[in-house]
Amino acid sequence: MQGQTIEMLRERANRIRRRDLTMIHRAGLGHTGGDLSAVDILTTLYFAVLKVNPQDPKSPHRDRFIMSKGHCSGALYTTLAEAGFFPPDELDTYMQPLSRLNGHPDCVKVPGVETNTGPLGHGLPVAVGTAIASKLDSARWRTFALTGDGELQEGSNWEAAMAAAHYGLDNLTVIVDRNQLQQGDATERTVRLEPLADKWRAFGWSVREVDGHDYAALLETFERLPSEPGRPSCIIAHTHKGQGVSFMKDQVGWHHRVPSAEELASALLELGEVAQ
Amino acid sequence: MSELYDCRDAFASTLQQLARTDPRIVVVVNDSVGSSKMGGLRKAFPDRVINVGIAEQNMIGISAGLANGGKIPFVCGASCFLTARGLEQIKADIAYSRANVKLCGMSSGLAYGELGPTHHSIEDMAWLRAIANMTVIVPADPLETEQAVREALHFTGPVFLRISRMPVPAVHDEAYQFEIGRAARLREGKDVTLIANGTMVSRALDAAELLAGLGVEARVLNMSTVRPIDREAIFEAATQTGGIVTVEEHTIFGGLGGAVAEVVSTTKPAPVRILGIPGVFAPTGSAPWLLEHFGLTASGICQAALALVEAGLAHEYQNNPGD
Repeated sequence: MQGQTIEMLRERANRIRRRDLTMIHRAGLGHTGGDLSAVDILTTLYFAVLKVNPQDPKSPHRDRFIMSKGHCSGALYTTLAEAGFFPPDELDTYMQPLSRLNGHPDCVKVPGVETNTGPLGHGLPVAVGTAIASKLDSARWRTFALTGDGELQEGSNWEAAMAAAHYGLDNLTVIVDRNQLQQGDATERTVRLEPLADKWRAFGWSVREVDGHDYAALLETFERLPSEPGRPSCIIAHTHKGQGVSFMKDQVGWHHRVPSAEELASALLELGEVAQ
Repeated sequence: MSELYDCRDAFASTLQQLARTDPRIVVVVNDSVGSSKMGGLRKAFPDRVINVGIAEQNMIGISAGLANGGKIPFVCGASCFLTARGLEQIKADIAYSRANVKLCGMSSGLAYGELGPTHHSIEDMAWLRAIANMTVIVPADPLETEQAVREALHFTGPVFLRISRMPVPAVHDEAYQFEIGRAARLREGKDVTLIANGTMVSRALDAAELLAGLGVEARVLNMSTVRPIDREAIFEAATQTGGIVTVEEHTIFGGLGGAVAEVVSTTKPAPVRILGIPGVFAPTGSAPWLLEHFGLTASGICQAALALVEAGLAHEYQNNPGD
């Protein structure tokens, strides 16, 4: 059973990666590296965890997924299209004039997007708000937020982390896409984040670390939420920027580099091989 | 001497009354229960007053999330911190996301007097009115405050309510009906128009009284909504009275005066005098002293209007309506 789920996730994630790279190539813009590090997390969430319905994207009972790393809109859009929130054909309009698919997601226009992110450090406070709203209504819907790792340099995250623990938001999970790189360099050479798990623990969160490209490990972690009753859960997902394409993997230069036609062809070839 | 009111009282009692019948209402504060007068509401509905601590960015983000979850948050904090510290969250999480959040900037303007420019909130109108999807309301007295709170609740979308703590007299009679985007004509006049909002409305009315004694009939408009602004009322003032004096407890850059000048200059050019804080950080002094210092008094407004009229500018435009 789990084997089938994992195979399904692998197939979908592969299609999402191929569409994402194709879309970025066509648009001539995008955040290639961070899209690819987040794809397996997004795929696992949307196809095995989140209770969301593309036919009723505003259902009050839906789980909320908040994409704090809004610059990775490519990964979010391709995942939402794969999940049926809008037709995959629309991905061709990514960042084209008057497209709904702006460089950073717009919740007013795009079904499935919960809040407008782009400036960093905005997602987690909003997620704390949705989690409190659910608690106030004694509702069962949960909130998940995906943040980058470099973005944790924004102080607003830690304001939110403090509040989430204070309010005992065990219906809230943050996933940190710990790909080690930010725009200009490694996080640890920019402004050090480690010991990151200890920081979250000190703020009152229950922390688990997981390989963010291992579907079985991700599934197992998501199935056991909350990690501790009465506390918000933090999942530090160890990932690789550019995951899935050998020449992009762990390369800081691929933060927002756009693949050329040749690079796209060889990337798709690699991804095709992975899929088999 | 007429009775003076702290508009926060009307704000708090109205919100508490509305919260009784509308379970969607929640209050979000940054350790500002006392200064926002939310003690009564917290006693009545302890779960619905969410204190995020001293963390304004988080306060705005959480409010956007609460709105996403079906609540209608009234976010109460000192206007200086609420707007400045949370400005990017206000732009992205509230306005751009069209979150149904009511931002309530308390103790705005120079109200914190002696505490100094860090605590003065004299840029908030300019900042907030520059943001798309934002409605900006500056009530002038308790009745208008009460009605503005009700209208903000009924209006779906982001609203900024700028609430002073400075005592003001009532300027509206009981029949008054506040409407978002509509200026109230509180006094008729043909020689010049005084446009004010918030704490400056009563002073503009007093100035009009002084002007009447000097034979100048001043129209007085309460421009309580700064965005969307009442373009028609401004156009009429420019065409019918020929000159406008604006008065605000705010910097003269980009606030009420700026908004009025934008309309006048693009519809019916007429001389505009903008009274407010002239682009400086205020010196030490109490709020009333600072208002005197900056000429934001009945006599200061009267002198500015008189100068406009005596220079013939107002009349000149009025007498040549074809220009």
